[in-house]
Amino acid sequence: MAKTLDRTLEEDRAPPAKGAARFSRLHAGRWGLRGVAIVYLGLLVVLPLTAVIVKGYGQGLVSLRHALAAPGAVAAIRLTLFTSAIAAIVNGVLGTLIAYVLVRFRFPGRSTLATVVDMPFAIPTLVTGVMLVALYGPNTPVGGFLARHGIDVVFAVPGIVLALLVVTLPLVIRTVEPVLLELDPAEEEAARVLGAGGWTAFRRVVLPALRPAIAAGALLTFARALGEFGAIVIVSGNITGKTLTAPYFIFQLTGNFRFEEAAAVSAILFGLSFVLVLVTERLVKNREARVSP
Amino acid sequence: MTQGIVVQDLDKHFGSFQAVKQVSFQAEGGKITALLGPSGSGKSTVLRMIAGLERPDAGRIWVDGEEQTSKSPQERRLGFVFQHYALFRHMTVRQNVAFGLAVRKAPKSEQRARVGELLDLVGLGPFEDRYPDQLSGGQRQRVALARALAPRPKVLLLDEPFGALDARVRQELRRWLDDLHRELGVTSLLVTHDQEEALELAGEVVVMRQGGVEQIGSPEEIYNKPSTPFVAAFVGASNVLRGTIWEGHVHFGRSAVAGAHRFDDGLEAQAYVRPHDVRITRQAGDMSFEVTVERRTNLGWMSKLVLRLKDGQMLVAELPNEEIEGVRAGNRVFADLRNAKVFTVGGTELTSGEELTKV
Amino acid sequence: MSISATTSSARPSRVQGRSRFFLIAVALAYVGLLLLAPIAGIVWTVIDGGSGVVRRSLAAPDVRHAFLLTGVITVMAVIVTAVFGVAVAMVLTRDRFPGRRLMSAIVDLPLAVSPVIVGLMAVLLFGRGGWFEPFFTARGIQIIFALPSMVLVTVFICIPFVVREVVPVLEEVGIEEVEAARTLGASPTQTFFRITLPTIRWGLLYGVALTAARSLGEIGAVLIVSGTIQGHTETATLYIFRALEERQEASGYFVALVLAAGSIVLLTAIELFKRKRVRERSR
Repeated sequence: MAKTLDRTLEEDRAPPAKGAARFSRLHAGRWGLRGVAIVYLGLLVVLPLTAVIVKGYGQGLVSLRHALAAPGAVAAIRLTLFTSAIAAIVNGVLGTLIAYVLVRFRFPGRSTLATVVDMPFAIPTLVTGVMLVALYGPNTPVGGFLARHGIDVVFAVPGIVLALLVVTLPLVIRTVEPVLLELDPAEEEAARVLGAGGWTAFRRVVLPALRPAIAAGALLTFARALGEFGAIVIVSGNITGKTLTAPYFIFQLTGNFRFEEAAAVSAILFGLSFVLVLVTERLVKNREARVSP
Repeated sequence: MTQGIVVQDLDKHFGSFQAVKQVSFQAEGGKITALLGPSGSGKSTVLRMIAGLERPDAGRIWVDGEEQTSKSPQERRLGFVFQHYALFRHMTVRQNVAFGLAVRKAPKSEQRARVGELLDLVGLGPFEDRYPDQLSGGQRQRVALARALAPRPKVLLLDEPFGALDARVRQELRRWLDDLHRELGVTSLLVTHDQEEALELAGEVVVMRQGGVEQIGSPEEIYNKPSTPFVAAFVGASNVLRGTIWEGHVHFGRSAVAGAHRFDDGLEAQAYVRPHDVRITRQAGDMSFEVTVERRTNLGWMSKLVLRLKDGQMLVAELPNEEIEGVRAGNRVFADLRNAKVFTVGGTELTSGEELTKV
Repeated sequence: MSISATTSSARPSRVQGRSRFFLIAVALAYVGLLLLAPIAGIVWTVIDGGSGVVRRSLAAPDVRHAFLLTGVITVMAVIVTAVFGVAVAMVLTRDRFPGRRLMSAIVDLPLAVSPVIVGLMAVLLFGRGGWFEPFFTARGIQIIFALPSMVLVTVFICIPFVVREVVPVLEEVGIEEVEAARTLGASPTQTFFRITLPTIRWGLLYGVALTAARSLGEIGAVLIVSGTIQGHTETATLYIFRALEERQEASGYFVALVLAAGSIVLLTAIELFKRKRVRERSR
């Protein structure tokens, strides 16, 4: 009964540690499971992304220049960057606050809050957009009230920001919460006993420890917000030059068969997001490496 | 040998690290053989190669006369007990023990009977329906043993089975394993870094160090006739005295100990002496030399004496109290060494000297 | 990385009452403003439309087809990402080869890609003038403007979920149980189904639930590749999109509400699986 699982180990630099996961001969055969994984990821991820880069920059920067010359193009990119940054900052602050409240306080409705906060992970982004229009649209009581006082939510920039805030709400909370869980509340209490006020104690004792997690969460929020489409497409009205975001711009280009230009802009967008995701992971891993025994 | 394990010229490297070098030995059928050595000596790797969990770069393995070298672990039908139990956490004790039979599609009635039999054997009958996380470490290891034995393996391989347990449980389980083996008589190969465990349980000991075999012999041989300084130092406590050889003796300072007959004069040597092979007298004998008692520690029926020689070297003696009544720190007494194992220093080859026979 | 509805630090902080109240109030207000109020808004609109809307919408063949299509795509995406996701997770944790870290990074790539870009990618590969378009056209297989492309884009987007949730479980459990199973005589297949799979089941289910939720809600990519052919390639989300454009707010809102309800059910499943996975890992 010939088995192809047998393979000699290579690349191990030290003898296997006892009890730690060991890569014995039972690991995936060289071209068995490993091959499956490589083909799966290669065909589904690497290939399509390569296609975008090739299409967008196969002829140098020509396509990019054409894309940026379109009316509203630069505005779209600026709008996307601007609104994503706001979302990152606002949710950075409030997400940390919510994480703190969830971890440190006990109150009726705490577990409900924890579940509700995870909702944007489950709810379709389009539905989020619909919900926001249902509540803040120009024909609704709330929306009408705000409009009369000069605040346009739907079909205006605030609506976009609101949509992004909803969609990215859990991200900072999820990166900050584990760090908070590991911090001993006694440290903060000690600071209080020594005379520090509530905010000072937080600022000097807790915040420094949270900084990498907050940064990671904010960067993740930013990256996520850059690419958001579903929620914004309903809420923003997609008015060129005013409320048209970069993803929608790409959508328009694609719809008009201007693939090269769409690809050129897309590559920049996902390149930026990917770098941010990598940085985020590095930040999270560093913390884990330092904290775990 | 048709029964038991035969291992020949095993080699294994991980990347640039040579874990096992040219290891050969035989484990006799029906007996417990120990692979003894410090961490990093390669003993676990050898065991795992025998089990089929690692593939040797070179060498061959036979069990009960059949070559196993290219077979998968599944085909080898060996029992393996892990240091950290490796019990299936999502299965009950009963399901764990039955696993080897279940995967070979044994009939349910047979599985039930065998599981019952083994759980009784290891004394865990009432724990059938518990999950591993509800058991203590010692209990888990007993379940692991029952599980390994259930499919009636030809050979039982144990990888530091008691290493994760605390001292008292370790002692208990050691004795228990001894009893179990007497009853079952399965050929067993035990990997351990605890020389006490090896000496107590094994009929034969293979001492390993840095991937190679240092010595193979009975516990008695390993203990009393170590063939290398490493074995002398690793197995049992030892004093080491350095000196120069002159006329068949190792001279250190003004003192000397016999046992260096084989060696040329002028060579530097080390004499290994067990603490209980040091004799103390008030008067000088023909072979004894003067020492000062630095410290005496009373340990119930015997004491430990730390002795300083004239040339500054230290010696630890363990003696029954009745033999050293009145001996206190600061006293000058005479020490007499028996059974010194002499090895020369320098070069890579170290050869042993003869034992001194008391004149 | 999780918000658990049940855990909190062992000793709740004894922060003074006033700040505590203020902080909790801010948290609740913010979340209420962002999430609860909008949900209430949509529920109210549907109720306001009366039960007639509900009945009519459920009867409309377009709506039915949209739900069916969404369901089919979700199931297919779940199956593909679950099977291959487990394979990738096993390779990432058990197989050592150069490029393992690269593979891990590739698994995370889809998280950074906007859905519209995913749609573009599919068009570049399978659309008019695409790299593979001639191959499929010659065989009469429709990819773009048909189910295959919609499944493909959904799979792409969901690739990270199962992998990321199974990897930590596999890393924690280690390989000894698998080795033990092999020494006891189990074949690699038996070992996988009896040992590995039960071990990862909660992590796997968690990843599957996340995949299902994401598939349910996919809009950007399918909008591009589907052609939005009513009754053929219109998912539930695409239906909502069209309904709003055609000013059929009521039925659009209704379908949105159904999707929201479905995803909340999934959310509870998600929270449940997550909790079970944490408990498993701490054994």
